Amino acid sequence: MKALLIGEYRQGKLLDTTYELKAFADRLGADSVMLLVGSEAELPKYDGRLYLADAGAYGEYNPDLHKQLVLQAVEKEKPDCVVFVHSSYGWDLAPRVAVALKAGQVSEIVALNEGAYEVNACNAKLRRTVTPRSGRCVLTIQAGAFSPSGEPQGTPQLERLELSGAPSGIDFVGYEAAEQKGVDLSKAEVIVSAGRGVGKKDNVPVIAALADALGGELGASRPVVDAGWVDHSHQVGTTGQTVSPKLYVACGISGAIQHLAGMKKADFIVAINKDKDAPIGEIADVLVVADVMQFVPAFTARCAR
Amino acid sequence: MKILVCIKQVPDMESRFRPNGEKTWYDESDLAFRMNEYDEYAVEQAVQLKEQLGGEPEITVLSIGPERTVEAIKKALAMGGDRAVHIRDDRHYQKDPWQIASMIASYAKGEGFDLIFTGMQSQDRGSAQVGVIVAELLGLSCATTLVGFSYDGGTITVKRELEGGIKGVAKLKLPALVTCQLGLNTPRYPTLPNIMKAKKKEIASLTPAELSGEAELTATAAIYPPAKKGGGLVLEGEIGVQVDRLMGILKEKTAVLR
Repeated sequence: MKALLIGEYRQGKLLDTTYELKAFADRLGADSVMLLVGSEAELPKYDGRLYLADAGAYGEYNPDLHKQLVLQAVEKEKPDCVVFVHSSYGWDLAPRVAVALKAGQVSEIVALNEGAYEVNACNAKLRRTVTPRSGRCVLTIQAGAFSPSGEPQGTPQLERLELSGAPSGIDFVGYEAAEQKGVDLSKAEVIVSAGRGVGKKDNVPVIAALADALGGELGASRPVVDAGWVDHSHQVGTTGQTVSPKLYVACGISGAIQHLAGMKKADFIVAINKDKDAPIGEIADVLVVADVMQFVPAFTARCAR
Repeated sequence: MKILVCIKQVPDMESRFRPNGEKTWYDESDLAFRMNEYDEYAVEQAVQLKEQLGGEPEITVLSIGPERTVEAIKKALAMGGDRAVHIRDDRHYQKDPWQIASMIASYAKGEGFDLIFTGMQSQDRGSAQVGVIVAELLGLSCATTLVGFSYDGGTITVKRELEGGIKGVAKLKLPALVTCQLGLNTPRYPTLPNIMKAKKKEIASLTPAELSGEAELTATAAIYPPAKKGGGLVLEGEIGVQVDRLMGILKEKTAVLR
């Protein structure tokens, strides 16, 4: 079994998730080669062959060109699978490669199961085992699901990849930084977060009052931010802030993967949710099965006593 | 301008899910279905573009699924779609993203759409593949995970949501396909007059047999509830008792409460 691993590079830096690809290949028992559209100044520690294409020439986000580069490496290496991280880079590029190879794609793999791949369905309330029916397949792995077992080591043997004048329909303009205003949740010792389960914007102060009573900050899940109930600077999760407080209280948060990824390093997690089966219960130290708007005011009153 | 919006009907994610008899998907009985949340943003963006262009573009809504799917289609029409295509397929859940995308591309091929909107993924399967595969099959430029969209003279400017709050800005010339992320806009609620108007709009019906059929490239071997890791304490019952117990636990296990 041979895997072609597609590393990630953004704003001039190698992304750490690149190392999860190697960890996944090791778990598969696969030999691996890597491809990176990046720079020689930011090479991963990797004990193997690395196809390097220059991000200066091919852009950090130009999926049409990156697809061609991946296909070139596939042509040279004839791998059994091409592996991406299920990230904004990976989920954008992987299906393009899959179509070009007419290969089946399995998205966001969370575990291996006797040669088949396990993925979540229905907000992680169900799990599917998926098997590719094509000879070669394209895989994307959930960020954080396959952690490297030790410090990455090795110096890659470089091979340069180049394209000759392939056209692209996408013109990458640049990045827009995250807004800097608002709260820095990364340093908070206590975070009390509001989720969709709080019901409406008018109820958010009830959650903020608990944060106050515990001497902490208000956090929020994505739907609450998208609905405009809470400012984006409070958002916890993949596209918000990653936090590691001593206490995290999740109020009415079901526990979408992207949210869990941002808060699961908290020392102690309390979830308040009326759905006993909500995925947040899987990682909570204490799950209070209750209506948030009944429980939180009662708890705040007790803390303030 | 011709616009296509691809939508899916999915169960309410707050539901309880259990495998169906074949263990290939979830059991649909007792589930309430609605439009896939990401697709609501796709429909809204198409309607906003139509409004921006003075009502000139024609918006076609497409969905694949059984009879119940018509409800989601009607909602999209009430939000501002002009006409719809329903690919009636009771076995849709057995098809992989490649097969679903191939059906959509097979329909869209001769229609000459300038712009196609889809959600970035479905809430039930979540593979985030169908939109991109359709774009590849039709040879369209494609950008995913949009949280920003603007159109000016045949070029669209998109903002893609990346990790850690960063956004990537790119320009694409039409024809193009984009997939929409939550937060792109604020999907409208259909008004009663628009719901009434939608009843008169055309919903063409197609069968999978009328579209090019492809063999699956991946298959679901099994579906099951994930093993409970457990470990955590579950507090149920009367609120006052729950408060007392949580207070005791936090005092004992954390340094936060004294």
